[in-house]
Amino acid sequence: MSDLLDQSPGIEPLREQRLGPLFWICVGWLTLNVLGAIFANVLPLVNPLYQNYIVINAGPSLHHLFGTDDLGRDILSRVVFGSRVSLAVGSGAMLIGFGIGMPLGMLAAYRRGRLDSILTAVMYVLLAFPAIIAVIAVISFWTPRTLVKIIVVIGLASVPLVYRVIRSATLAVATKDYVTAAKVQGSTDRRILFRELLPNIAPIAVSFLLIGVATVVTLEGALAFLGLSVNPPTPSWGNMINESRTVMAQNPWLVIFPSLALCLFLLCLNFIGDRLRSYFDVTEVKL
Amino acid sequence: MLRYVLRRLVMLVGIVFIISVGSFYLIHLLPGDPATVILGTGASPANRAILYKQLGLNKPIIEQYFVWIGNVLHGNLGTSFISQTSVASTIRAAYPIDLELIFLSQVLAFAAAIPLAMRSARKPNGLLDRLLSAGSFTLLSIPPFIVIVLLVLIVSIKLGIANTGPSSFVSFASNWRVNLTSLALPSITLATASFVLYFRVLRSDMIATLQEEFITMARSKGLSQRRIMWRHAFRPSSVALLGTAGVNIGGLLAGGFVVQYLLGIPGLGYTLISAIASSDYLLVQGIVLVVSVGVVLINFFFDFLTSLVDPRISRE
Repeated sequence: MSDLLDQSPGIEPLREQRLGPLFWICVGWLTLNVLGAIFANVLPLVNPLYQNYIVINAGPSLHHLFGTDDLGRDILSRVVFGSRVSLAVGSGAMLIGFGIGMPLGMLAAYRRGRLDSILTAVMYVLLAFPAIIAVIAVISFWTPRTLVKIIVVIGLASVPLVYRVIRSATLAVATKDYVTAAKVQGSTDRRILFRELLPNIAPIAVSFLLIGVATVVTLEGALAFLGLSVNPPTPSWGNMINESRTVMAQNPWLVIFPSLALCLFLLCLNFIGDRLRSYFDVTEVKL
Repeated sequence: MLRYVLRRLVMLVGIVFIISVGSFYLIHLLPGDPATVILGTGASPANRAILYKQLGLNKPIIEQYFVWIGNVLHGNLGTSFISQTSVASTIRAAYPIDLELIFLSQVLAFAAAIPLAMRSARKPNGLLDRLLSAGSFTLLSIPPFIVIVLLVLIVSIKLGIANTGPSSFVSFASNWRVNLTSLALPSITLATASFVLYFRVLRSDMIATLQEEFITMARSKGLSQRRIMWRHAFRPSSVALLGTAGVNIGGLLAGGFVVQYLLGIPGLGYTLISAIASSDYLLVQGIVLVVSVGVVLINFFFDFLTSLVDPRISRE
């Protein structure tokens, strides 16, 4: 009997009351990353391309906090400059994905009818596509590879996913009484979309955006690891890990620091996204 | 049920058609004349003639598609002008490795995720659940290409089994021991990513299922804990698990590319990345086509499986 009571429901608080200190630590770390990427030029860092042949494959020291690689380049500086690629791809691709997917999703869910059924059918077909393979295919044929092309390809590939999430979020809101009330009052469509619907789907959009950035950054890392992202010597976290493969046994720091930077970045994004989702209690819409 | 399967089948055909158009068009993304890019500037007229015939390059683009798809349907994906071997035979040699890798990783992932998720779901927010949830959340943020690099760094360099190259790869049939040893780290890597996914899905679904009335009913009937968990709770929750497994295939393949690339395992991923590096465009195109269609077929199969387990889906 006690066993029975033990397992009765009433578990998992449905709504988190506080964001918690860990949340703010993550926000702080992300801010630091963003600032580092923006101001990498101004920071007192060695040129990430400068090859100092006197200190090759050195471990962490006072002069080189993260050590140096096999060409004597400063790893700390390369990690900071490398974050630029990840951040550019993450934010750029999501800007495209949300820029196209969000208005389409909101409009489809608000208008319904033929527009909605056609758009949804098209997106459903696109979703069935293995997006990762499509991205690799297009990037490998659309030569020469540049950062802008990579951003565009990943951004476009994310549109169907964004569309689906935003559409189902908007659908849940569009049938609420306050939207009907706004319609009855004679509000314009534009006003309803921007003033009634947008603020109410914003929490879902933001938490999905963060998780989306994490996914895109992971994808770019994998592409860079496979040698399909920006060309060396431009540092990125992914290609630093790739380049270190051959000297990994002699100089493990070369792998560890960029990996750590990438994982911490992803962890913070995922954590903030997850926390926001439970804070705003948006479980009813499946992400 | 039949109507549902037929409807999905029509969609499947549509998607495969679009994939074929997309793969076909890849050649035209190349800058300049495709024949020159594929063959290089010093190409012999004979090779140019072969390629023109294969791709129908002197015809209008719509006709080109039909020439190309006609060849593809006859199993002719072209001949690589770099290795002088047929694309189809290269793919045929490589794909069993991907399937084996996926199979091994999925066995590992399910074997770990199912018992642990059921354990966790029994006492949500208990110590075990908290540990596993935090652990799986952390693992979620470690991409496969870092997992494999770290595993190699920790395990194989110490043990001396680093990248031995594609030529030393042994198939399961010729020597299963060596084969499994070389696939151990890659399978574990792929299993980690899948484990996180399956654990999280099954755990939250089980927690919801365990609050259903039929579970309370089963408990009050005095059924054993074991029977309740497996027969009454796991069966409805396994639908969500199956669905996730189907969707996961695409990511699994990409993860497979990464591990094959690092360890020099000659599956489709390794072949694809080497083909991209050596600008072997026909081979890239062939692999993209085969892999995309493969993923879509596997997804379709899992959809079908899910509708068998949960007949409500097909009635919607």
